[in-house]
Parts: sequence; structure tokens; C-alpha cells
Amino acid sequence: MTDVFNLDGKEVPFTPGQTVMQAALTAGVFIPHLCYHPEFKPHGSCKLCTVKVNGRPATSCTLPAAAGMEVESNTPEILDKRRMLLQMLLVEGNHFCPSCEKSGNCKLQALGYELEVMTPHFTHFYPDRPVDASHHDVLLDFNRCILCELCIRASAEVDHKNVFALSGRGLKKHLIVNAESGRLADTDFALTDKAAQVCPVGVILPKRVGFAVPIGQRHFDAAPMSGHVAEYVPVAPADQGERK
Amino acid sequence: MNAAAVKPKIRIATTSLAGCFGCHMSFLDIDERILPLLDLVEFDRSPLTDIKHCGPCDVGIIEGGVCNAENVHVLREFRKHCKILVAIGACAVNGGLPAQRNHLDLRDILEEVYQTDPGVGHGGIPNDPELPLPLDQVHPIHEVVKIDYFLPGCPPPGDAIWKFLTDLIAGRTPHLGHGLLHYD
Repeated sequence: MTDVFNLDGKEVPFTPGQTVMQAALTAGVFIPHLCYHPEFKPHGSCKLCTVKVNGRPATSCTLPAAAGMEVESNTPEILDKRRMLLQMLLVEGNHFCPSCEKSGNCKLQALGYELEVMTPHFTHFYPDRPVDASHHDVLLDFNRCILCELCIRASAEVDHKNVFALSGRGLKKHLIVNAESGRLADTDFALTDKAAQVCPVGVILPKRVGFAVPIGQRHFDAAPMSGHVAEYVPVAPADQGERK
Repeated sequence: MNAAAVKPKIRIATTSLAGCFGCHMSFLDIDERILPLLDLVEFDRSPLTDIKHCGPCDVGIIEGGVCNAENVHVLREFRKHCKILVAIGACAVNGGLPAQRNHLDLRDILEEVYQTDPGVGHGGIPNDPELPLPLDQVHPIHEVVKIDYFLPGCPPPGDAIWKFLTDLIAGRTPHLGHGLLHYD
């Protein structure tokens, strides 16, 4: 049975168990997101996908769709809030796009373009976050981490290696490597791991690649993130809610 | 008398603080469009005119962040004299490449560059009183004065600068859109 809810004045069908995000993406409607990934259980931490449901804010990636919901997403009020979230992410880390190999393929950057974030607005933290270049094939640049936990989820659920974790609380929360030394080289992490492929920003980078793709031909050069909706559609929509 | 001839031109001042003049070079990438632009605007203080101090202007365009005391003085001079102040380029917007020294201690950097590193010949840290004092960190300009518009990019392409200026001159809110808005 297919039900519908209302998203910005448009009827969106859903199957029971689908989240608002999954139903919207399946219907071809883009909702900005960073920690959501179609192959993983929703996390609800980045808050970029926040919508208003019957007047109350909720993360669309975790909220199960229900018939008759009135969902607002693409409104000036919500877009302003999303812009502010992006600005806070931009000043909290060290996001220097010109010297980042992920530039052009980075979701944080792409959402900045999508929502027309022209300035970080807030006062920069400029945190001191040393990189980990110990691994033979992979560089870890913690300066760009947005704590989405996608690498943590991928390493635990797909690779079954538990290479990554978050440590600390509040402002001191940070990504760590699960080894006595804290170095990636002292884990069984491999370039072929799922965890090496899911970082939405430029933290986990394969070595000896550099700026291989010229400006103009990178992933988000051709179309903004909203033009890539098909990539974010859940693979098996009905099973997603159950997935561990 | 032709009414258009007496219409005062929009007066623009530009400068590069802790930048590389790359944004100014990118401005020149508007190529021959600079001719119709000069029918509408005139330049006050700018590397293009060599005027040393900024007078009353309609628009001030700042490239580069703030890395030393002189940058702060120049930025405040621009804010005082310009009705609209624009941050152009990654360095003005978020500190850019110079700000990548911000997690390091300033004394350690100066000692490594001028004393311990073999490259500069152990000449000692420069202390000529004419040299502006470096700040402990490099700051984007919106952390020092109020900025009205931001034009990111390293550098922003000539087409983005053209779009921005023509929007601004026509009285529209500048809007870049996909393809012209870049952080790199």
C-alpha cells in the first residue's frame, strides 16, 4: 500500500517504514544532507536535513514518513538555518578548499554552493589538528572532519574492523583511530575498505592521487548536489528502516 | 547637454592585504569588458592607479586577509571611506592560505624561517621599524570590520567578478549561481 505526505505543497508517496528523506529522494526531491548515506542506517547528527513537520523541526533522515504529514523543506526559514549550520561547520574545522584534494567532490562544499553560503560569517576556530600520514595508502586529514560518523559506521558494519571512533565531548569531540598508537598504520585499514570511500569531505584521502581531475570535470562541477538526487536514492527502500 | 555625461561615475577603491594579487589579476580577466566598465566606474586607491590613500568611495574591494598591523590600518581606512565593502577571494573570506599558519606559534615560525632553516642564511628575524608587526594569527576581514558582500574563490573567475560588479552597479543584489560560485 502506498500512502502520501505533503512536501512543500507537493504530494510525495511513501511505503511504510520509509523515512521522509528516503521517500523524498525516491520521488526525486532533494533534501540537503551530510551524514545521510543511502547504504547506511540513518544517523540524524548533521541536522542539515532538518525539515518542519506539522510546524515542528525534525531530521528528515530519521523521521518515518506518515500519511498526511505537512513537511516544509525548501523555505527561506529552513534554508537560513541550514546555511547557519554549514557556516558553523566551516569555522569549526580548517576548510581551505584551494589546497584540498577533495575540492569539487566534497559534499560540504557542494552544499555551500547549493545554499549560496558566501561567507563563513562566524569567528574561525582554526583548531590544531595534526594529520596522520602514517598509512602507506591513505592520508587522514582531521582538519576537515565534520563528525558525520560515516567512516565509523562503514568500518564497523561493512568492513567489520572498527578502525574509527569518536572521542571527547562537545567542542572536544574528535575522530580517533582504534590503535594503541593512534596511528592508522597500526590498524588493518585498507584502501579497499568501505570506510575509505564514504567520507563526504576531505578527511580520508587515497595517497598518490593528488589533483587528478581538472577543475570543470569534477563531480559537482557539472551539476550542484541537488542535480545528483539519483545517487542518494535508497537501494531497497522498504528494508532501510530495519537495517542495523 | 547629455544627461549621461554628467552622471557621476561610481568610485571604486581596491587593495590587496595578505593576498597574492591573484584576485586583481583575475579581475583583469574580464578582458575588453573593462572598457564599458570604465564608462561607469572610476578607480580611487588601487594597484591599478597607484593612489596611496583611499578617499570617499562608493565601493571598496578587499583582497586578502589580515596578517599584520598595516593590514588592519588599511582595512579600517577602506571601511571608513567606502559605502560598500566587498571581500574578494578565499583569503579575505576565510583567511585562505596565509591562515594555514594559524595553528603554529608565530615565534616558532619566524625562528624556523629566518634562523634555523638554511634557506634564508641565518640572517635573524627582521626587526626594521618600517616593517609592520605580524599578528599572531591571520584573520578573514569580516572578523575586523563589517563587510557588505563576499565573493569567494581562489581566485574568483573573471566572469564571476564581472557578474558581481554588473549586478552591484545595476543596483541588484549580486548573485553568482552554479558554476561561478567557487571556494577554490
